[in-house]
Amino acid sequence: MGHSVPKIIELEIGQVIGTTEFLLTRDSLVRYAGASGDFNPIHYRDDVAAAVGLPGVLAHGMLTMGAAVQVAVDWVGDAGRILDYQVRFTKPVVVDPVLGATLVVTGTIGAIDAEARTARIDFEAIFDETKVLGKAQAVVRL
Amino acid sequence: MVNINLQGKTYLPTAPYLVGREKVREFAHAVKSTNPTSFDVFAAQTAGYTDLVAPPTFAVVIQERSLATVLADPEAEIDFSRVVHGDQRFIHARPIVAGDELTSELTVASVKTLGAHSMVTFETKIFDVAGALVCTAISTLVVRGDE
Repeated sequence: MGHSVPKIIELEIGQVIGTTEFLLTRDSLVRYAGASGDFNPIHYRDDVAAAVGLPGVLAHGMLTMGAAVQVAVDWVGDAGRILDYQVRFTKPVVVDPVLGATLVVTGTIGAIDAEARTARIDFEAIFDETKVLGKAQAVVRL
Repeated sequence: MVNINLQGKTYLPTAPYLVGREKVREFAHAVKSTNPTSFDVFAAQTAGYTDLVAPPTFAVVIQERSLATVLADPEAEIDFSRVVHGDQRFIHARPIVAGDELTSELTVASVKTLGAHSMVTFETKIFDVAGALVCTAISTLVVRGDE
C-alpha cells in the first residue's frame, strides 16, 4: 500500500495533521441512522425536533464524532490505530433541509509518547463559526 | 426525570452481533470514511488485519443495542425524544474487524440531576466470542426535562 505511518520522531506538538470539510445533509443523517441503528426522530423529523424545543433537526452527535476522527484515520492511514477516542458534544449541529451543514475539522498533535509509540490528536470541529465538540481527543498508535 | 435507582444497574448481555463486511462498509460510508482498511479486504490484510477494519466509532452499533434494552426498561423512565448525547468515549483493547462476534454488557455508571435535566452515564463492555474485552464504550446522555 502507498500509505506509510507517520514517524514519531518527526512529529511536533502543535503540528496540524490535516483539515477536512464535511457536508452533512439530511441524506447523511438518514444514512447514518440506518448504519448505526440510532433512529431517534430528532435527527430526521422537523415536527418532533420542534415539539421537544430544538432549533431544528440535529445531526447525530455520533455522526459528527465519527466524521471528525477521519482526519486522524487519513493521517495514520489505518482505521485500527485509533486506540482511545473521546468527545463532548457542546453545541448542536442544526442541519438545514436544503443547504445541510458544513463541518470543518482540524486535527492537531496535542501530545507525543515516544515510549508507548502513541500520539494524542486534538480535534477542533467548527460549524457555523462555533466549536461543536469539546475535549475531542484520539490516541493514535504509530 | 430519570429514575435515580438505576445507578449501578447492570443489564443482561446482548445476543451476539456478527460484524459483517457490508455493515463495516455501510458504517464507514455513513461516517464519511474513505480509508481503504474499512473498504478493501486486501488493504486491511496488507495492514495486518484478518478482514475489514471497522471505523473507530463502530462500537456505537453494539452500544446502541444495549441502550435499546435500557430505553425499553419501564424502570428507567427515559423519554427517547428528550435524549441528547452529552459525551462519548471508546477505549479499544483491539480494533473491531469483520467476522467478529460481539456481545455487550451495560452498566449504569451514574445518574445525576441538574435542575430539570438528568445526566445518565452508561459503561458498555464489548467482548468477543472468546470472552476477551474488545472495547469499553462510555456514554453520557442528557435527558431534557420540562423547562
